[in-house]
Amino acid sequence: MEESLNPTPISKKFLTPGVIVLILIALNGIIFLMVRFLGGLGSMTNLDNQYPWGLWIAIDVAVGVALASGGFTTAALGHVMHREYFHPIIRPALLTAMLGYTFVAFGVVVDIGRPYFVWHPLIYWNSNSALFEVGICVMTYITVLYIEFLPIVTERFIGRVNMPGILSSFNKPVDWILKILDRGLSKVMFAFIIAGVVLSCLHQSSLGTLMIIAGPKMHPLWQTPILPLLFLLSAIAVGFPMVIFESLIASRSLGLKIERKILSKLSNYVAPILGVYLAFKIGDMVIRETFVYLTEFSVESILFIIEVVIGVVVPLRMFLSRTVRNSMPGIFIASALVIFGVVMNRINNFITAYTPAYSLGKTYFPSIGEISVTVGFAALVILLYRALVMIFPVISTPSKETASKSKYAIRGAFK
Amino acid sequence: MKQSRRDFLKTIGISGAALAGLKPKKALAAPKNILSDERMGVLVDTTVCIGCRKCEWACKVSHDLPTSPIDEYEDRSVFSEMRRPTINALTVVNEYENSKNPNIPIDVKVNCMHCDHPACVSACIVGALSKQESGAVIWDSSKCIGCRYCMVACPFQIPAYEYNTAFQPDILKCDFCNDRTLEGKIPACVEICPVEAMTYGKRYKILELAYKKISREPDKYIDHVFGEHEAGGTSWVYIAGKDFADLDFPDVGNKPMPGTSESIQHAIFAYFVPPFALYALLGGIMWLSKSNHENEEK
Repeated sequence: MEESLNPTPISKKFLTPGVIVLILIALNGIIFLMVRFLGGLGSMTNLDNQYPWGLWIAIDVAVGVALASGGFTTAALGHVMHREYFHPIIRPALLTAMLGYTFVAFGVVVDIGRPYFVWHPLIYWNSNSALFEVGICVMTYITVLYIEFLPIVTERFIGRVNMPGILSSFNKPVDWILKILDRGLSKVMFAFIIAGVVLSCLHQSSLGTLMIIAGPKMHPLWQTPILPLLFLLSAIAVGFPMVIFESLIASRSLGLKIERKILSKLSNYVAPILGVYLAFKIGDMVIRETFVYLTEFSVESILFIIEVVIGVVVPLRMFLSRTVRNSMPGIFIASALVIFGVVMNRINNFITAYTPAYSLGKTYFPSIGEISVTVGFAALVILLYRALVMIFPVISTPSKETASKSKYAIRGAFK
Repeated sequence: MKQSRRDFLKTIGISGAALAGLKPKKALAAPKNILSDERMGVLVDTTVCIGCRKCEWACKVSHDLPTSPIDEYEDRSVFSEMRRPTINALTVVNEYENSKNPNIPIDVKVNCMHCDHPACVSACIVGALSKQESGAVIWDSSKCIGCRYCMVACPFQIPAYEYNTAFQPDILKCDFCNDRTLEGKIPACVEICPVEAMTYGKRYKILELAYKKISREPDKYIDHVFGEHEAGGTSWVYIAGKDFADLDFPDVGNKPMPGTSESIQHAIFAYFVPPFALYALLGGIMWLSKSNHENEEK
């Protein structure tokens, strides 16, 4: 009998030395967060009237959204294009997207001055604002992601509802509700999956529109009317590398067998997308003749070259090679470089490229507090990922029992 | 769990409609952005200003900001470095050397230009900033979420934010004395100016005056009214005897700042066609790839 892959909760010890380090990093971030909420943004960030946006918008929001793109790219591949072969990677990518976007929302709440008014865009609309569109799409998409994750929750608990004490009399009704929910969801899930892809395309691109209004304050190497397209393309390009990267790390950390074939096959898609992104990036540079700025020796030109060469050209060459695609260290390094390139791109767009009209002799570099919060959030995402794959059937492991669970294996998408 | 094609189309339709419901219509959604022909403006003649900074004092008093007594504003040492508007000073005066006549330095009053096509109004996520019929660009505290995107957008770097306020931090900027002008008064800074360096009036009349002044004394002024076309036009306009770049006026071009981003936004959401088209396209692909998949299995 052939082995089949089924999502199962991973049983492993949660606490390891690495996990304890992550908890400490997260706690450090939380301490700085308390300072921010007690003393205002000025108490712990290097933001001022010259530099109103800094590390939190660049990393927590822009990079967070970009690196969560594994969610919609794998959904498009596995569900919309119906490549069932890739189904084992969809759930981990969905979980990453869900956690990623949740922390994007936290990042926004931390960065805005009046977090308790974060819902205002729902009632006060400004359709001229790119930020408004990002806000609405992200809020909607987070909801869609949670709905997409619900079947994993029902699968975990149907037939296993076992509440203690007095609550135990509710076991049956809860189970019944879960079953109804499950049946209803599987009928409409495909609509949410498509909506998720559409919403992602919308806000991934609008995130690029954000800095266009800064006009001459943005360095010409990055300021271009096709920024939304570049943001969308780079987000799509980083989707699969992100899935490969975290799948390899998770397998290592949780002691699982690596899905070599699936990851190798997935890496076939990376080079064409990355190539299109590079073509637009270079084409834009040629048409706007911004390459003249590369001849001057400046922070901007150096960071631009690092972003494009190390973050796009090198991994593109690597993903074009069959040898690299078939080697796990090869695709790990290549994927890490693509991720590095997109992270650099977002940092460059939101921080490097931004020069205030009047800097008053100041330049922006993030404070210890800003870095602590950003790193702390990243640690929390990893910790929650680890906890959730132990509770819920997210990661697929080989098992001999076939068919018995197939109803739940691929939920919703037109089963 | 089988699903019929008809169910599929039905659900697509319903969810599409739901998606559309999330997107506001433009007429309802855009904040107030009136460009009245009768809008007011101020002409600042930098050759007249003596740098007494009484306007700074008057501004603070009329906006309930903390201020030192008016005599202390005679201290000219503040001119040693460039100042920008802050949460405690919505207008500031900077001083520059005058190469033509070193004894008479050039003083430039800085405050919100009240753009005709304000980037901040276009950018604000909740429409807390708006352009009034009077020409004033004002901020509404009840909507603001404190995201500071207006500060990113403003080409003149005007809005200031209360970084050290934990609860209910404000965005502060010159409001063209909106409360005063609604009562029929003139802006506090214009009123107090002892040398009449500023002229308050209808914007088109102000521009006429600017050109009259320039043509009367062509040696004194350069032939350029800053703000007539800059950033698509501003309510506050400046004339000077020196190139504006030397007086630290930014090079913002003559196009309205929100032009590019708004055309992109409106193209993506033109009657919601692009999002719907994408939704339909993906639905179609899903449907086709599903039938292919089933055929393969048979």
